[in-house]
Amino acid sequence: MKGKWLDETFRAFAFFSTLIGILVLCLLLADVLKDGLPRLSWKFITSFPSRRAEEAGILPALVGSAMLLVLTALFAFPVGVAAGIYLEEYAPDNPFTRFIELNIANLAGVPSIIYGLLGLEIFVRAMRGITGGRSILSGALTMALLVLPVIIVSAREAIRAVPKSIREAGYALGATKWQVVRDQVLPVAMPGILTGTILALSRAIGETAPLITIGALTYIAFLPPLSLKALHSPFTVLPIQIFNWVSRPQEAFHANAAAAIIVLLLLLLSMNAAAIYLRNRFQQRLE
Amino acid sequence: MFRNQTLPPVDPLPEAYEPIVKIRNLSVWYGERQILGDINLDIPRNRITAIMGPSGCGKSTLIRCLNRMNDLIPGARIEGQVLFNDQNIYAPEVDVTELRRRIGMVFQKPNPFPKSIYENVAWGLRIRGFKGNLDEVVERALMQAALWDEVKDKLHTSALNLSGGQQQRLCIARALAVDPEVLLLDEPASALDPIATLKIEELLRELSENYTIVIVTHNVQQAARISHYTAVIMWDENRIGRLVEWGPTRDIFTNPKDKRTEEYITGRFG
Repeated sequence: MKGKWLDETFRAFAFFSTLIGILVLCLLLADVLKDGLPRLSWKFITSFPSRRAEEAGILPALVGSAMLLVLTALFAFPVGVAAGIYLEEYAPDNPFTRFIELNIANLAGVPSIIYGLLGLEIFVRAMRGITGGRSILSGALTMALLVLPVIIVSAREAIRAVPKSIREAGYALGATKWQVVRDQVLPVAMPGILTGTILALSRAIGETAPLITIGALTYIAFLPPLSLKALHSPFTVLPIQIFNWVSRPQEAFHANAAAAIIVLLLLLLSMNAAAIYLRNRFQQRLE
Repeated sequence: MFRNQTLPPVDPLPEAYEPIVKIRNLSVWYGERQILGDINLDIPRNRITAIMGPSGCGKSTLIRCLNRMNDLIPGARIEGQVLFNDQNIYAPEVDVTELRRRIGMVFQKPNPFPKSIYENVAWGLRIRGFKGNLDEVVERALMQAALWDEVKDKLHTSALNLSGGQQQRLCIARALAVDPEVLLLDEPASALDPIATLKIEELLRELSENYTIVIVTHNVQQAARISHYTAVIMWDENRIGRLVEWGPTRDIFTNPKDKRTEEYITGRFG
C-alpha cells in the first residue's frame, strides 16, 4: 500500500519536473513570438542596422553568422574527422594517446571565453598578417578551435560504432588499413559524424563571448566584398546584434531583438532537424 | 554409436596428398594466455579440411593464423611457422595484403558491406586497380558461389536485403572474386537454417575441385558430410588447445586412434 503511494508520488514529481522544462520553453517562445513576430518581415532581414529602430535590420549579422558557420565547418570538419580517424584506427594504446584523449575530453568542457582569449592572442595578434586582425577569418578559426573537441569526440564515437565485422571483411580481402577506413568505415560512420558536426556548429552559432573577445563589431553598415578579401573584413553575428539591441533603453529595439531571436531560433531548429534526419538514416542503414 | 550410421559420403582419396599449407610447431598467445600449443598440421591442396572440436578450444584462432588475421588482435603472439607454398607467412618480407588475397576468409556471421551486391564483389578488385572487365568477374564470382540466378536482376540493390544464406554465399563470392588459392571458413553455416546450410555445403564440395578449403566447425555431422580430411582440436588440462589427431575424414570417423576423438564424434564429450 505504502509502496504504491510512494510510486505515485514519484511519478507525479517526475511529471511536473518534465512540465517545468516544457513550460519555461513555451513561455519563452510565446514571449519572443509576441514581441518579435509583428516586427519580422523581409525588409527586416534585408536591411542594415540603423539608429531608428523601425528601419533597422539584421542583414550584416545574418550574413556574418552564415559565413562564420561555413568557414568554421570548413576548418573544423576535416581536422576533426582526421583526428577522430587517427585516434580510433591508428593510434597505439599508450600513455601518450591516453593523455591526448583525456585532454580532448577536457577541452570540450573549457568555457568558451577562454577560446576567445586564445583566439585574440593567436589569430588576432600573432597571426595578424594572415588573418587580417579582427576579421571574420580570425572569428572562424577561433570557433573552429571551440567546436573541434566536440567534432573529434563524435567522429570517434561514430567510427567506433561501425561493426568490427565490416573491418574484418575488408582486411580479409587483403585491403590496407587506409582502404578499409576510406571505403568501408567512413561511409558507414559519416551520418553519425555529420550529426555530431551539425550539433557542434549549432552550439557555435549561438556563441557570443569568444567573438566579442576577439573584437567582433556591433555596428556594421556594409556587406563583405564578394572576393577573398571578405575573409579579412570586420564582422558581426546574430547573437551580438541581439545583445546590442536588448541593451538599449528604447522598447522598439527590444522588438527588433525579439524578431532577430526568432530568426536565430529558426536557423538552430533547422540545423537540429537536419541532424535528427541524418541520425535516423544512420540507424536504418545499420539494421 | 556412430559406426552404425552411414559412412561419410566423401570420394575415395588418394592416400598421397600435396600440402599447400604446412603448420609447424605453432603456438599462439593472447596476452598472457596461451590458446594453442605446438600444432603440426598439413592442409592438402584442392581438398576440404575440417577443423573440429568443442567451442572455445582455439579452432578459430588456428585458421586466423593462416591468413594472419590474428595480427589485428592486440596482444596476439605466435611461435612456430605457417608455410604457404613452402614460404613462411610470418617472415618479415611477406606482404600481408597479398597473402590475404591468396588466402581468403569467410566469417561465422555473414558480414556483407552495407553496399550493393555488385560493389560487395567488385571492391576487392577495385582496391587493386583492376583494369579488366569488372562486370565479367562479378558475374563469374557470383556464379561460382551459386548466387547468380537469385541476384542477377538486383545487382545494384543493397546486399543487406538478402537472406542470411544468400549473404553468406555473397561473402564467398566476394572472397572468390580476388582469385584466392585457399578459402578459410570459420563456422560459415552456424548462423543459418538447415536448408541454407545444405546449400553452402554443396557449394563447398563443388569449390573444392579448384580451391583448397579449410572449414572450422563444431558440428560433427557437417565435418563428416563434406570434408576429405579432419583435424580434431581439444583442450589439454591447462586449457591450451592441442591437436588430438588428424587424417582422412574416413579414418577419423571409422577408426579414431585417440579415445578423446571417439568420445567427441559419438557425442559423449562433455
